Amino acid sequence: MNFNRKDLLGIESLTKEEILFILETAKSFREVLDRPIKKVPTLRGKTVVNLFFESSTRTRMSFELAEKRLSADILNFSASTSSSTKGETLLDTARNILAMKVDCFVLRHSTPGTPHLLAKKLPVSIINAGDGAHEHPTQALLDLYTIREKKGKIEGLKIAIVGDIAHSRVARSNIWGMCKLGAKVRVCGPPTLIPPLVEKMGVEVFYSLEDALTGVDIVMMLRIQKERQNKGFLPSNSEYIDFFSLNEEKLNLAQPDVLVMHPGPVNRGIELPARIADGEKSIILDQVTNGVAVRMAVLYLLLAKR
Amino acid sequence: MPEGLLIKGGRVLDPASNLDEICDVFIKEGKVRKIARNINLSYSELIDASDKIVIPGLIDMHVHLREPGREDEETIESGSRAAARGGFTTVCCMPNTDPPIDDPSLVKFIYEQAKSKGVVEVLPVATITKNREGEELSPMGRLKEAGAIAFSDDGSWVTNSALMRRALEYVKMLSLPIISHCEDKSLSAEGVMNEGYFSTVNGLAGIPREAEEVAIFRDLALAKMTDSSLHLAHVSTANSVRLIRKAKNTGIKVTAEVTPHHLAISDEGITDFNTNTKVNPPFRGKEDIELLKESLRDNTIDVIATDHAPHTVEEKERDYEEAPFGVIGLETALSLVLREVVEKKVLSLMQAIARLTVNPARILGIDRGEIREEVKANITIFDPGKSWLVREEEFLSQSSNSPFLGWKLPGKVEWTIIGGKVVYRSEK
Amino acid sequence: MVRLMNEEDIRRALLRLSHQVLEKGVEVADLIIVGIQRRGVPLAKRMSKIIEEFKGKKPGTGILDITLYRDDLTQIAYQPIVRSTDIPFSIDNKRVVLIDDVLYTGRTVRAAIDVLIDFGRPQKIELAVLVDRGHRELPIRADYVGKNVPTSSEERVEVKVREIDGRDEVLLLKKSEVDI
Repeated sequence: MNFNRKDLLGIESLTKEEILFILETAKSFREVLDRPIKKVPTLRGKTVVNLFFESSTRTRMSFELAEKRLSADILNFSASTSSSTKGETLLDTARNILAMKVDCFVLRHSTPGTPHLLAKKLPVSIINAGDGAHEHPTQALLDLYTIREKKGKIEGLKIAIVGDIAHSRVARSNIWGMCKLGAKVRVCGPPTLIPPLVEKMGVEVFYSLEDALTGVDIVMMLRIQKERQNKGFLPSNSEYIDFFSLNEEKLNLAQPDVLVMHPGPVNRGIELPARIADGEKSIILDQVTNGVAVRMAVLYLLLAKR
Repeated sequence: MPEGLLIKGGRVLDPASNLDEICDVFIKEGKVRKIARNINLSYSELIDASDKIVIPGLIDMHVHLREPGREDEETIESGSRAAARGGFTTVCCMPNTDPPIDDPSLVKFIYEQAKSKGVVEVLPVATITKNREGEELSPMGRLKEAGAIAFSDDGSWVTNSALMRRALEYVKMLSLPIISHCEDKSLSAEGVMNEGYFSTVNGLAGIPREAEEVAIFRDLALAKMTDSSLHLAHVSTANSVRLIRKAKNTGIKVTAEVTPHHLAISDEGITDFNTNTKVNPPFRGKEDIELLKESLRDNTIDVIATDHAPHTVEEKERDYEEAPFGVIGLETALSLVLREVVEKKVLSLMQAIARLTVNPARILGIDRGEIREEVKANITIFDPGKSWLVREEEFLSQSSNSPFLGWKLPGKVEWTIIGGKVVYRSEK
Repeated sequence: MVRLMNEEDIRRALLRLSHQVLEKGVEVADLIIVGIQRRGVPLAKRMSKIIEEFKGKKPGTGILDITLYRDDLTQIAYQPIVRSTDIPFSIDNKRVVLIDDVLYTGRTVRAAIDVLIDFGRPQKIELAVLVDRGHRELPIRADYVGKNVPTSSEERVEVKVREIDGRDEVLLLKKSEVDI
């Protein structure tokens, strides 16, 4: 098949075939990462701009490494050095950078739909590196890649996503991707952090972590933002831990070969204890490694053409 | 030298008198003088209205003309030209300007601007509270003397219930309505679209229907308590309709409006973060649209008003959270009503035109919205058989933030006439 | 359409190529056979097997995909499928023989050499092809050639191998035949 898209804005709009094609392509790039020279000349002469309006260490480093390993030129632009504080709009900023002849923007922004705005107005590729609570497609792709790598398949797996579903782009992108690939997805969290009608996305909603974990093959813990308690979503973080923190006892309710995932960075002791994060069931570091390969694949599929 | 304008051979439709027949209308010295078949009087100007529909000039009781303060978005001049293109001969402009219309001098300013630069009749709505702050009543009596047509803090709900009670009581001596923008902002909070499945999918903060319904419930209670006249702006939810229906049945003096855009678009249509779909109240669900239409049929909702809210391209090119709420509506309203209300058999054409003419006129207590002998000749003539494409560059409004760009709509306004003078003529 | 080689021709060509490689006389332990995706891969595996049968020891056999090293990625409308590269051993100081089905412009071989060099520092890189059809665009030549075929650039050489295509043959097609 041909992956004939200008942009990667979300998982919702991808077909199952497109998702699988990206994951297959990523396998070849994963192999590149094991070579002595982990760099290929594929995107020589292309310029990628990492436009980050929200602080992010992991995603930006992962994209940067992916771009470097493909021999692209890189421009980093983050909110602290930006002119957004001077009243310049996102579109102005992007148009100005575009005038310097670049080929791709990787955009991280706190507002949903900002990558779509750039994609509509600019003739270059836009990769959504997280837009508010909307989508984080490369994160979901690397999660799907990692699950496939470890479990051999996604279809039929029972997967629980636990935590602040309402404000999580990782949850949304993963729900789309996992459901398209045939997994049975459960979401679990306090009702204040479950968005309205999320079950229409194809998931089952649980308020009890024990019930949600029973019999699952994969548990994905989401990062909880500490400020949620100030906005009245939670009585307190310690109460959240009582009800929604993962521990061995709860994990024992899952399948014996359950795998634990987390998009990072982990609030150790809040979402899960260090013992589990570093334990044998954890594939958190595999997610990080695969992230580079998946992002290389996405960059390749969007940019290595006329 | 003969005088007078003769509109010949059109289908004349006047809801107030229940007239619907092909006849002529003769206008002289600003007023309709004769409505009859084959009028044989001498005239100086003739309009051949055959195959066209002749209706009373439309009345929009809810527009934002942005003057004073945001003349980059719209002016009384540009907004009134847009109104004329849409077939409106009278518009009521909301007072959320900068400064807000809370002083008699500002009411007079609007009249002066409208007289010198406007092309349609512009009637100012003044604020309920000083500076729209919801703390002290505006000088309502003097505002009325200066010409205010109604009172509203549009854009803000008067959250202080005691103050709203006093406002409703006070206007009883003025016989002017209070127009309430019902929104409990503690519930709508950071929301930018209807709360529901599509806000979940888009990851955007939702505005629950209850933000409107809670506010409507209180205002209805206060209207009942004070036995005063309350008009509810831009009703958008099914339960709001149920509340209003019940209130009307118990004799509360409440009237209500719906916008054409809330009848045409549901939140399902917000898929690509197009900021021209960001409007307050937000586009609701399909089931809400169904009940809004039903409410037109049973007269729960009396009026269709546009809430014409111009914003510049620069403002609407911002991201979905930063972009301001609001869409323009004057130039698409009649066509949308034809499409959503008449073609879909919610109302007859006669009933639909009533919601745009005589009904708002009665709420406002103005001598408009009818085609009647010896009444001011505000008349709109449209071609029901002509459809047109909504194009950005054709808007006469200074702004083009319409969610209907690219839509093909039925019914084209051909002539807009005020006091017997043609103020708009469509290009051939 | 002309059939340039049949199954037997291909078998004999590979046998000859394998022996020529061995005539250069190094230890099998220092020899590495690398097939270029896609049809170079089964040819390399067959040659590796021939060498094993003759010498009693199998040379290191890898596969290599040049997609990421192509020089025309910015000129084509769709990006080609990236296939796997698998060279699971060190090539440092080894004699590496690249195997491809057709040698034409030389651009694939150029890319393949670049891939190999990113994997290590071989003592020597050689090239074996089943068919050399001429029209080089780079200063590259093959060390071992199964069959030299003079062609015009209007023509196309198609190698079919049973592992991929279900049959072994080499065809010469006119452009008009290719488009059908």
